[in-house]
Amino acid sequence: MAYSDKVLDHYNNPRNVGSLDKKASNVGTGMVGAPECGDVMKLQIQVNDESGIIEDAKFKTFGCGSAIASSSLATEWLKGKTVDEALRIKNTDIVNELALPPVKIHCSVLAEDAIKAAISDYRNKQGAQA
Amino acid sequence: MNAMKTPIYLDNHATTRMDPRVLDVMLPYFTELYGNAASRNHEFGWAAEQAVDKARKQIAELIGATAKEIIFTSGATESNNLAIKGVAEMYAEKGNHIITAATEHKAVLDTCKKLEKNGCRVTYLPVMGDGLVDLDMLRESITDKTILVSIMYANNEIGVIQPIAEIGKICRERGVLFHTDAVQAVGKVPVDVNRDHIDIMSITGHKLYGPKGVGALYVRRKGPRVQITAQMDGGGHERGMRSGTLNVPGIAGLGAACELARLEMPEESKRMAYLRDRLRSKLEAGLDEVFINGSMEHRLPGNLNMSFLYVEGESLLMGINDVAVSSGSACTSATLEPSYVLKALGLGDDLAHSSIRFGIGRFTTEEEIDYVADKLVDVVAKLRELSPLYEMVKEGIDLSTVQWAAH
Repeated sequence: MAYSDKVLDHYNNPRNVGSLDKKASNVGTGMVGAPECGDVMKLQIQVNDESGIIEDAKFKTFGCGSAIASSSLATEWLKGKTVDEALRIKNTDIVNELALPPVKIHCSVLAEDAIKAAISDYRNKQGAQA
Repeated sequence: MNAMKTPIYLDNHATTRMDPRVLDVMLPYFTELYGNAASRNHEFGWAAEQAVDKARKQIAELIGATAKEIIFTSGATESNNLAIKGVAEMYAEKGNHIITAATEHKAVLDTCKKLEKNGCRVTYLPVMGDGLVDLDMLRESITDKTILVSIMYANNEIGVIQPIAEIGKICRERGVLFHTDAVQAVGKVPVDVNRDHIDIMSITGHKLYGPKGVGALYVRRKGPRVQITAQMDGGGHERGMRSGTLNVPGIAGLGAACELARLEMPEESKRMAYLRDRLRSKLEAGLDEVFINGSMEHRLPGNLNMSFLYVEGESLLMGINDVAVSSGSACTSATLEPSYVLKALGLGDDLAHSSIRFGIGRFTTEEEIDYVADKLVDVVAKLRELSPLYEMVKEGIDLSTVQWAAH
C-alpha cells in the first residue's frame, strides 16, 4: 500500500510523543483499542486551569503507520483548543487531512475515540474535584 | 566488491529471483525451438519433447523418483488441487475422509473446504506450539474411510519442517495415500519420495529460482500405484492426468532449477543457515522482548520468523521500507486477519500482529543481513518509544490483566 506524504511525515517525525502525569487533576488520559486488534492508542491532554485551553497533548500508539499518524495529528490539533472545541474534531477531518484510504478509516475513528476518552477522563476528574 | 543495492529482497518464501543460468536454458525454447512437445512427426516437436524428457529426469533425480512419475502443471496451486480433488474423485468408492493440518497453504485448505461441500469429511489437525503435527493425533484420526493425508513438507510462514518420513510411514502402514505440498522444501532440504514414503507431491518452479507458471506433481507408480482423476478435460497429456499443451520453456527451466538445486544444496543450505543464524543473533543481541515463532530445530535453513513484542508489524515494515519482508500482521493481509498459521501455534493475536517473516535466499549476502539487522534494531527501538504497551510493560503492568476497550 502506498502511504500519503502526510502519513509518512507523521510516521517519520511523530509530533508530541510521550506521556503526561496521568495522576494530575488537569490531565485527561484516553486509552483505546486492544493489542489483539493490532492497535492501541494512548492520548493525553493537559488543560490550563484558568483559560480552559488544552496547553499540551501527548500520545503513544501501538499500531500501523496510519494509526500513528492519526494520533500524532490529533495531538497537533488539540493544542490551543478549548475542551469544547476539541470535542468537535471528527474522524472524517483526520481522514481528509491524511488522505487515508478506506481500509484505514478505523485508525481515524480510534483517534477520535481517544480524544473523547481523554476529555471524558479530564471532566470526570474535574467533576470529582468540584 | 559490488556496492549493496536496495531494496533488499528477504521474501524468498513468496517467490525467488530466477537464476540467470535457468534463464539461459529456457530462452531457446521461446524462439528457435518452439515446437509442441506432443508433435511426434517432426523435428520441432522432437526437440521440445527432448527438453521435456530431460526436465522430467532432472526433477525426478532431485526427489528420488523416476521420470515417468512427474506430471507437469502450472504451479503448486494446480498441483495441490489436482492431487486432492483427483484422489477424492478416484477413490470415492473406498472412502471420503481426508486429513490435513491447520497450518497448510490456502491451496490445500480451500481445496479441502470445497470437497467438504461435496460430501467429503475433512479433519484439520491442530499443530503443537512449535508448529509440528502430533503423530499420535494423526494415527488416531485415520479411519477406514480415510483415503488421503495431506500434510505440507515445510511451512511457508514459519519454515517448520514436518516429520514427513514418519507421517509417510504411518500412512503406508494404514493403506492411506500421502500427499505433501513440498514447494518450500524441494531444492532447499533433501527430499526423497521413497525414504519419506510420499505418494503424491506438489512442486513449483518459482520457489527454487526457476520460472513462475510451471510446477509439477509427483505421482507414485509403484507400491502403491496411485491414480488421480484429471480435473481438466482435453488432449490426455501427462498420462491422462493433466491435459494441456506443455509449457516447454517453463518446464526446461524447472528442470534446470532442480538440477542446480541438487548440485548446490549442500553448500547453499549451509550458507543460508549461517546467514539466518547471524540475523537471529544480531536481532537478539540488539533487542529485548523478541520471540521466535516455530521450531528452530526442524526448520528450513533460510527461514526466520520473529515477533517483535509491543510493535505492530505494518508500522515495522514501514520503517524498513527498503527491505522486502512480510508480516503476519492483519494490516498487511488481504483479509485483515492476522496470520492463521501463527494463531494455530497458539500465539495470541498480539504476537501475530508483531511478527516478521524473513526469507533468505541464494542471492542474499552477508552485507545485506547486517544492514537489515541494524536497521530493524533501530526501527523497533524507535517504535517502542512510541508504544504504550512497551511503556506499560516497563512500568510493570501485566498486559493480560488489562481490560481493553476492544473495537
